[in-house]
Amino acid sequence: MKTILLTITLLFVGTLTYGQNKNAKASVEVDGVCMMCKKRIEKASFKTKGVKSAVWNVDTHELKLFFDENKTSVAQIEANLAAAGHDTKSFVASDKAYEALHPCCKYREAAVIEDHK
Amino acid sequence: MKSILQLIILLPLFLFSQKEIKGLVMEQNSNNERVPLLGANVFWLNTTLGTMTADDGTFTVPYDTSYKKLVISYIGFRTDTLLIETPKSIFHVLKASDDLGEVTVSVRKKSSATSFLSSQNITTISSKELLKAACCNLSESFETNPSIDVNFTDAISGTKQIRMLGLTSPYILITTENIPSIRGASQAYGLSFVPGTWVESIQITKGAGSVINGFESIAGQINAELVKPTTDNKIFINAYGSLNGRTELNTHFNTQLSDKLSTGLYIHADNRSQKFDRNNDSFLDMPLANQINIMNRWQYVNLQKGLISFLNVRYLNDEKQAGQLSFDPKTDRLSTSVWGSEIDTKRFEISGKFGYVNPDIPYRSLGIQVAYSAHDQDSYFGTNQYDINHKSMYSNMVYNTIISDSRHKIKTGLNATYDRYNELVNSQVYNRNERSVGGFFEYSFDNLDALNLTAGVRIDHHNLLGTFFTPRLHARYTPWEKSAFRVSFGRGKRAANIFTENQKLFATSRQINVQSSGGTIYGLDPEIAWNYGVSFLQGFNLFGRKADLTLDFYGTNFENQVVVDYENPYEVSFYNLEGASYANSFQAEFSWNLMDYLDLKTAYKFYDVKTQYASGKLEKPLTSQHRYFANLSYEAHSEKGEGVWKFDATFNWLGKQRFSSTEISPQAYQLPMYSPSISTLNLQVTKVFSEAFEIYLGAENITNVTQKSPILSSENPFGPNFDTTFVYGPIFGSTFYTGLRYKLN
Repeated sequence: MKTILLTITLLFVGTLTYGQNKNAKASVEVDGVCMMCKKRIEKASFKTKGVKSAVWNVDTHELKLFFDENKTSVAQIEANLAAAGHDTKSFVASDKAYEALHPCCKYREAAVIEDHK
Repeated sequence: MKSILQLIILLPLFLFSQKEIKGLVMEQNSNNERVPLLGANVFWLNTTLGTMTADDGTFTVPYDTSYKKLVISYIGFRTDTLLIETPKSIFHVLKASDDLGEVTVSVRKKSSATSFLSSQNITTISSKELLKAACCNLSESFETNPSIDVNFTDAISGTKQIRMLGLTSPYILITTENIPSIRGASQAYGLSFVPGTWVESIQITKGAGSVINGFESIAGQINAELVKPTTDNKIFINAYGSLNGRTELNTHFNTQLSDKLSTGLYIHADNRSQKFDRNNDSFLDMPLANQINIMNRWQYVNLQKGLISFLNVRYLNDEKQAGQLSFDPKTDRLSTSVWGSEIDTKRFEISGKFGYVNPDIPYRSLGIQVAYSAHDQDSYFGTNQYDINHKSMYSNMVYNTIISDSRHKIKTGLNATYDRYNELVNSQVYNRNERSVGGFFEYSFDNLDALNLTAGVRIDHHNLLGTFFTPRLHARYTPWEKSAFRVSFGRGKRAANIFTENQKLFATSRQINVQSSGGTIYGLDPEIAWNYGVSFLQGFNLFGRKADLTLDFYGTNFENQVVVDYENPYEVSFYNLEGASYANSFQAEFSWNLMDYLDLKTAYKFYDVKTQYASGKLEKPLTSQHRYFANLSYEAHSEKGEGVWKFDATFNWLGKQRFSSTEISPQAYQLPMYSPSISTLNLQVTKVFSEAFEIYLGAENITNVTQKSPILSSENPFGPNFDTTFVYGPIFGSTFYTGLRYKLN
């Protein structure tokens, strides 16, 4: 039991020391198809307080993030992206959020993906 | 205890293990081999059920008949969604998303485009547009662009002057790679000192512009990006010959010395040694000319450390001879029997740029620019002598960062300049030193959608202009799709270099009359103006083809101006403005992709430029109120760009232009109130043989429109009515040229 407690404490200490990075870098894969998606993805990223820079690449689907670890986390940002209708590695957008997307941005549909190739 | 824990962890697996799908994910690498992909995401669409592939690329996901779409994704690869009808094992190969080998890019980029997104009204002219008119230097680069007017300045020097929003080039900040370059002594001929092949692209900003590059810009900013050692062709050769006697040679050599250091050597030479006098007025229609222009660039790039640096060294020697056919500079210099003129310019420039971007924090960067130039012009026009020596230092430091996030950007920094002018106007010496230091702060906001704005302010301390603020604001709003609505306003202040900016006055018999008011620059006050503008851009489809419509309205109001008054035919006077001086301009531009590979660009412009002269409030001389422009360009398409033909036609129509008053001249030397309207047509054909080689053939002013007698009193050049400044149209008439371009990479 003691070891478990110690491990848990150490885990927290670790998070705290590394959590100080004000310009933490992360790369997240976000699904989308077009420049409208790009706008939406980047805007949704900025909705999360602490995000300093968000640039999404329409070809690679890679979202490059810079954020303050004291204020937010990748998971938080991903949750906000999913809320805006975009799937990420760990979060899948709800049907409701997805359905709200512009018809041109329906990235789950093969025909839409084909259109943007 | 242990076994219970294991049981709990494994329980879900047991539960679902009745139905699951196994599979293998591989990637196709650059050698076309398939290798297992580790760490790819495999999940059911619209669920949170998923997994990652193991070291050997295999995966196992739970399955239920309600799951249909399985998504396989990996950063840097195209995400694929598979339709699963029955639970079977899956084998899938992911493709790298940048693997666009089989995709042909069939959308042709426009050669000049106005930005839909920037807060400033910026038109970018790409190198492709620059090829539309093969000739020859920066001043001629604008002939296929309706935002800039290109006019002849006088009947002697063959120089072309540009105008924007109805104002002449001294009111435009002209920079090369964001370092102010065409200013001071190089104002009159500087644009012809930048060879066209050196220019990579041009950005034209209408309106006040940014505060970063200084306080001088009033009508707008023109920035020329030069070719860079890392992106230019390894070898480039351009030869040009025209029936008007002009020959040109441009060569570029670029080498990469190491993975970080590259250098380029650019040499331009042009020559015109044939004399022409088609209108038989005993004067050369175009000056004899000789120019050698050498630039050496060094580029250092270290992306790991985020460093970029440039070093430029440039030397120019330009000689022009103009005047009467029989003039021989060896024997007739400053003579009173044969009228002649020589303009010799030497210029040396060295500039350095240094940029640092923190690789870990890319939105923070630092830029430093330092430039030095020495410009030396010795010239005479008939019996008028004019020499100017201008030494200039420029330094600028900009720090870029963000506030809270990258939608809020700030740029702040300092700059310092030093200018030293030594002028000789006949026997009068004018010496002047200008020093200034300033700080600036610019904030820009971009909501990533419909709105962005740039607001800047700078404060400068200048030994002759005093201490002053320069505010500037640009904003863009997109109310609906494919549109941009822009507003801008700003202030500009500058010291007018009255002689060098108005050098054409020396090729007249006019008396120079500087009406000093005790000011600090030639006894005159600094020029101050406010510029404001609104602009609207709309993109749409017309008969299924892309089209753009731009409507611009810009106004410039002078608080003070150094008025250049030609209204007395025996004098040219300079005095401080008393009353109003303004330049209003309206432009409607329409561009349309008529057919595949055929583009039309057309524009109408209206100018209302008036100044309070001593003799009354008058239209600015030699500025037509109405102008019309059209450019039609066709570029045939082929798979590899071989055997392609390109055609270009540019039409310009200028309405009547006011002549400054000649009322008190004798009848023979009186001109009407207005010039006739004129129109010109230029054509060019280019044949691309291969990526490496192309030939072009063109005709300038093909309809042979000329101004019949551009020089007043040409039969008596030393008489009191001699004047070469009443030029409203082409002097030479039609001419043909041809040239070739060779590129090696």
